[in-house]
Amino acid sequence: MRHKAAPRTGVDWFLTFLRVLLSALVTFGLLAFIWQQIDPGNPLADAINPDATRLSWDAFQGLVISGLSQGAMYGLIALGYSMVYGVLGFINFAHGEVFMVGAMTGMITSNKLFEAGVWEDNFLVAILVAVLISIICSTLTAVVMERVAYRPLRGSPRLIPLITSIGVSFFIQNTSAVLLGPGAKSYPRLPDWLRDDVGIGPFDIEGKKLLVLVVAAISMGALWYLVERTKTGKAMRAVAEDKEIASLMGIDVDRTIVTTFAVGGAMAGVAGILWGILFGSVTEFTGFLPGIKAFSAAVVGGIGNLGGAMAGGLTLGSSESLAPQLVLEPLGVTGHTQLKDAVAFLVLIFVLLVKPTGLFGERLSAEDRA
Amino acid sequence: MSETMNPTSEMAPARGALDQDWRKVVNWGLILALALIFVSLTDMPEKLDKRIIVEPLLSMGYLSLVWIPIALGNIVTREVVLEGMTQHKKGARELVAGLVVGAIGGLGLALLIWLLDTRDLSDPLVNWNDALLEVLTFGEGVGYGVLFWILVSAGLGAIGGAIHLLPKLATRLLLAISLTIVLAAALESALDDISEGFRLEWLFEALFEKKGGLSVQGAIILAVFATAWVLFLGGQASKGKAIVQAKREETPVAVNAIGLTLIAAGAILLPMFLGRLTNDLLTNVGLFLLLALGLNIVVGLAGILDLGYVAFFAVGGYTAAIMTSPSSPGLSPALPWWVAIFIVVFMAIVAGLFIGAPVIRMRGDYLAIVTLGFGEIIRLTVRSDWASGFTGGAQGILSIPGADIFGVVTVKGTDPQQVLYLVMAFVAIAIYVSWRLENSRIGRAWMAVREDESVAEAMGINTVNSKLQAFVVGAILASFSGAIFAAKVGSVFESSFKILVSIVILVIVIVGGMGRIAGVAAGALVLVGILGGPNQPGLLAEFSEFKLLIYGALLIWMMLKRPEGLIPNVRRSRELHQEEFLQDAWLKGQADDDDDGEATNGKVAPA
Amino acid sequence: MSERLLDIQKLSVTFGGLNALSDLDFHVDKGEIVSVIGPNGAGKTTFFNMISGMVTPTSGDILFKGESLLGLDPNQVTARGIARTFQNVRLFANMTILENVMVSQHCRTKQGIIGALFQTGGFKREEQEIREHGEKVLGFFGSRLVGYRLHQPASVLSYANRRRLEIARAMATMPEIILLDEPVAGMNPKESEELTGLIGKLRSEWGFTIVMIEHDMGVVRDVSDRVVVLDHGETIAQGSYDEVSTNPQVIEAYLGRPAEEAS
Repeated sequence: MRHKAAPRTGVDWFLTFLRVLLSALVTFGLLAFIWQQIDPGNPLADAINPDATRLSWDAFQGLVISGLSQGAMYGLIALGYSMVYGVLGFINFAHGEVFMVGAMTGMITSNKLFEAGVWEDNFLVAILVAVLISIICSTLTAVVMERVAYRPLRGSPRLIPLITSIGVSFFIQNTSAVLLGPGAKSYPRLPDWLRDDVGIGPFDIEGKKLLVLVVAAISMGALWYLVERTKTGKAMRAVAEDKEIASLMGIDVDRTIVTTFAVGGAMAGVAGILWGILFGSVTEFTGFLPGIKAFSAAVVGGIGNLGGAMAGGLTLGSSESLAPQLVLEPLGVTGHTQLKDAVAFLVLIFVLLVKPTGLFGERLSAEDRA
Repeated sequence: MSETMNPTSEMAPARGALDQDWRKVVNWGLILALALIFVSLTDMPEKLDKRIIVEPLLSMGYLSLVWIPIALGNIVTREVVLEGMTQHKKGARELVAGLVVGAIGGLGLALLIWLLDTRDLSDPLVNWNDALLEVLTFGEGVGYGVLFWILVSAGLGAIGGAIHLLPKLATRLLLAISLTIVLAAALESALDDISEGFRLEWLFEALFEKKGGLSVQGAIILAVFATAWVLFLGGQASKGKAIVQAKREETPVAVNAIGLTLIAAGAILLPMFLGRLTNDLLTNVGLFLLLALGLNIVVGLAGILDLGYVAFFAVGGYTAAIMTSPSSPGLSPALPWWVAIFIVVFMAIVAGLFIGAPVIRMRGDYLAIVTLGFGEIIRLTVRSDWASGFTGGAQGILSIPGADIFGVVTVKGTDPQQVLYLVMAFVAIAIYVSWRLENSRIGRAWMAVREDESVAEAMGINTVNSKLQAFVVGAILASFSGAIFAAKVGSVFESSFKILVSIVILVIVIVGGMGRIAGVAAGALVLVGILGGPNQPGLLAEFSEFKLLIYGALLIWMMLKRPEGLIPNVRRSRELHQEEFLQDAWLKGQADDDDDGEATNGKVAPA
Repeated sequence: MSERLLDIQKLSVTFGGLNALSDLDFHVDKGEIVSVIGPNGAGKTTFFNMISGMVTPTSGDILFKGESLLGLDPNQVTARGIARTFQNVRLFANMTILENVMVSQHCRTKQGIIGALFQTGGFKREEQEIREHGEKVLGFFGSRLVGYRLHQPASVLSYANRRRLEIARAMATMPEIILLDEPVAGMNPKESEELTGLIGKLRSEWGFTIVMIEHDMGVVRDVSDRVVVLDHGETIAQGSYDEVSTNPQVIEAYLGRPAEEAS
């Protein structure tokens, strides 16, 4: 792989300029923010935005916790992207819809349980059942997807399964819209204790966000155990490393790939129902943006790298949450929260410009190493 | 399977009716059941029932169910014959297989009917209602419905299997007849317009019923016509084509000139005979065709998957809006449209370079996602309050005057015919540009980059510049479309520039065949014209709910079966069917063998 | 007095701890045919990759006609006048044979979008020239790659013809030096013999300077002015074929030491 020492062509100069510009903007914004916190009403702040207020600790930690909880969900979804890319070398564009399926089925189940009274009377049982059903449905979706749309394309140039996955994504989105009706559907009301704040150290965390973080951590733990300590996990790692050699070692590659999809799907399903609980509603488009952001998170952390995927998710979630207040507003951008989604993409572009292999390095299979 | 590969071995006798791969049959039966249930639950049978194909026999709604058992009955009995395998004659076995598959499918549908009657699953399945039950049972009750579908589905499955028993000619006839009838029914309102314009109402009335749909006699007439075409006229047509081809080799300039004049004449005269609605529809088709031709250069020729292509559409639209609308916030020079076009081109080049430069060195799939991100960033920025000083934010820009062409005529959205002419002019430009570039040094460089980027570099091609050029040309074509769109609608809102648009354009390019202009045109016509664009209804407005679902399914199907699209570019076909192509070439004796060289007769002259 | 075309000085490259090339010195004069031989893994293809700009050396310099090639992109190296073929034939399989040799002239031609769109006289002239030069280059291989073959996709060619097209493609870039990476690999003796003659003609009729990696010693012997032997990334011998083939170090590199002496 060639590595350019210094910029020589116009494109190189432009890219260097972009890197410098983005870094400068971020730094400047952060510095302006800090100055504003320490000395509100300083001349710079007045010049840029006289209405800006200081960020209180409550608001700040609220943003941090929001960012982390969303980031945790991005991380869970990112695991699926990362695993599939590590093993098969293509982006499963439809993985975001697997997440949406989890959220949708969670909505259906929880509403049914609510009608049956279980949701209110015995919430823990209800939530467990709902999570289980979500996991089953999203895993099923992922497995069917692999069998029908991707397996026949094994070995094709990698843009082809990507395009197929766009078709699958479209299909699932619109299946939901047509079968279940378009528009937003709500989850039933959460019990009070989930909507109150829980104090942990200096943080006051909203119950449901704490739930998200805890469940995400448990899922990561379960995944770690599966991948590092079980035979199945070892097979997954072997296939991710080199499919051909793995099959020569006696590993059933097809089955392992199905398992990879299933595990990724399960993680996304968990993220789905967590999302539904956190935001209270779901539409057929719920999977689209988080899906792309989760893929970005996987890239940011280093594609193929599971720990990196979660780290990337948390990073992306926090950046998305904090950047509007910490960088954009001090720079004078009005309506900064509207650009939250744009932040996620900008982080992706920035990482690809500066360190394309991601924060923690890629882990690709032998066939896909560029 | 290549038709040139006729197994020289004799065909084995037909297998017994009960000599089945039962597992395969049952599997496909279950798949059929799921498919029928799925289609029913989407409510297609009910919603599409109003579109009659042949009155009173068949409506589009029932067609949506009926084609599936036939198709699957056919698939289950397909025999993949490779060299060395014995091929069996087709017989009762195929019929029985189709029958069983159909029966199982029918059972599934029967189950659904029974459930519809006895249970209420309308939460969460929104289409779970009596209307659906009515349609499925023809209003005659559950018993009737159950019996009907089991028998009919079995029968249709058997028919699907029976297709294998027919000689090739019969299959072609059946296909031609069904296609003609369905197409005619689908294009009913367009045909109505055209017949009015050309004073051929009598023909229209002979074919169609007053209240919609073909009449039985109309269907028969069309069937006869289709048969005549396949049997006689088709042969004549290809002879004629060959004659024209030969003439073309002799006097290319004259033939091409005549051909172009004919096409131009047709293009100019046609809108005058079509009604407002049809013209409007064709305008939409044209706008998407323009976008698709641009993306065709980026994806089809240079091999760059740009999922954020709608960004350039937006750049064109917003630039035109800002430059021409007197009420555009911030900058408002209120230039005439034809002057603004130059600025639009400039902005497109800037945008193309700005978006292209960072992504040009990335892996193909990363590039796809990042361009998607760029498209979204642009849309979000344009919508935000921050940029609204320029772009009007969520309120958009209004009061865009029509397209002022050199001060001579102003094309307004209120006159669909004029707009259609404008669109056709730009489409012609785009086709010309694509054609010329494809057969030039630039086009060859693009194709080489698409084939093997590092080797292309080793052959002296600056791949970065090459790819950027493709990006910029694609951007310019898209921005043309955006500028016309802005003038036609009279306003621009960010909601017209969602990712959905990029994906629909991609579907058109892929389904139509990447790299081939005729294919892309066919794709745009069929998809946007008949089913509808992302925000616009097509000729068959009732498909609005389902069109995206169909697009998704189409994309998956195309990638699995023929990644190069319905009318493939010969070149791309080779890429993806290399094995088959090589076999064909070998069999036809055109493949290369080494004893060919007359250069040296085996003797070597020393250095 | 021959001009020194290619001058490589102390070239080294390290891949993850492995010294693929160590302090390699190498030169080629105009009009020479130099063969580079050595056991597998000696670093020969890496050597070519570095000259053509696909891999960056860790130290050392590559001078072409006195100017350094370091840091140049592969397309710039080709434009300077060095063309190459690939060990595992990498044609543009779905472009026609003629198109393969037409597109290789990219760096020697300049018509762009404007010319193509307006079909200017300059554009048409250039297209004609490109086509003619392409056919001329293909004609070097006799009737194999011409006639009806011109418009067939490169994928239909037999293996030997593909190798020939590879060379034709390199020739079409109008270079001064052609780097041939195992040109006769996989060919039968008759084909190798014929190609050997053609390599000679590349110099005598077309004036190219050739640097060739080869394992077929017959070809090396028949065609080379000079042979350079690489082993483990270093030059271990240089000279005429006879000198090199009897050099004990070279023999040892290929065959190893007899077992009794190994301890």
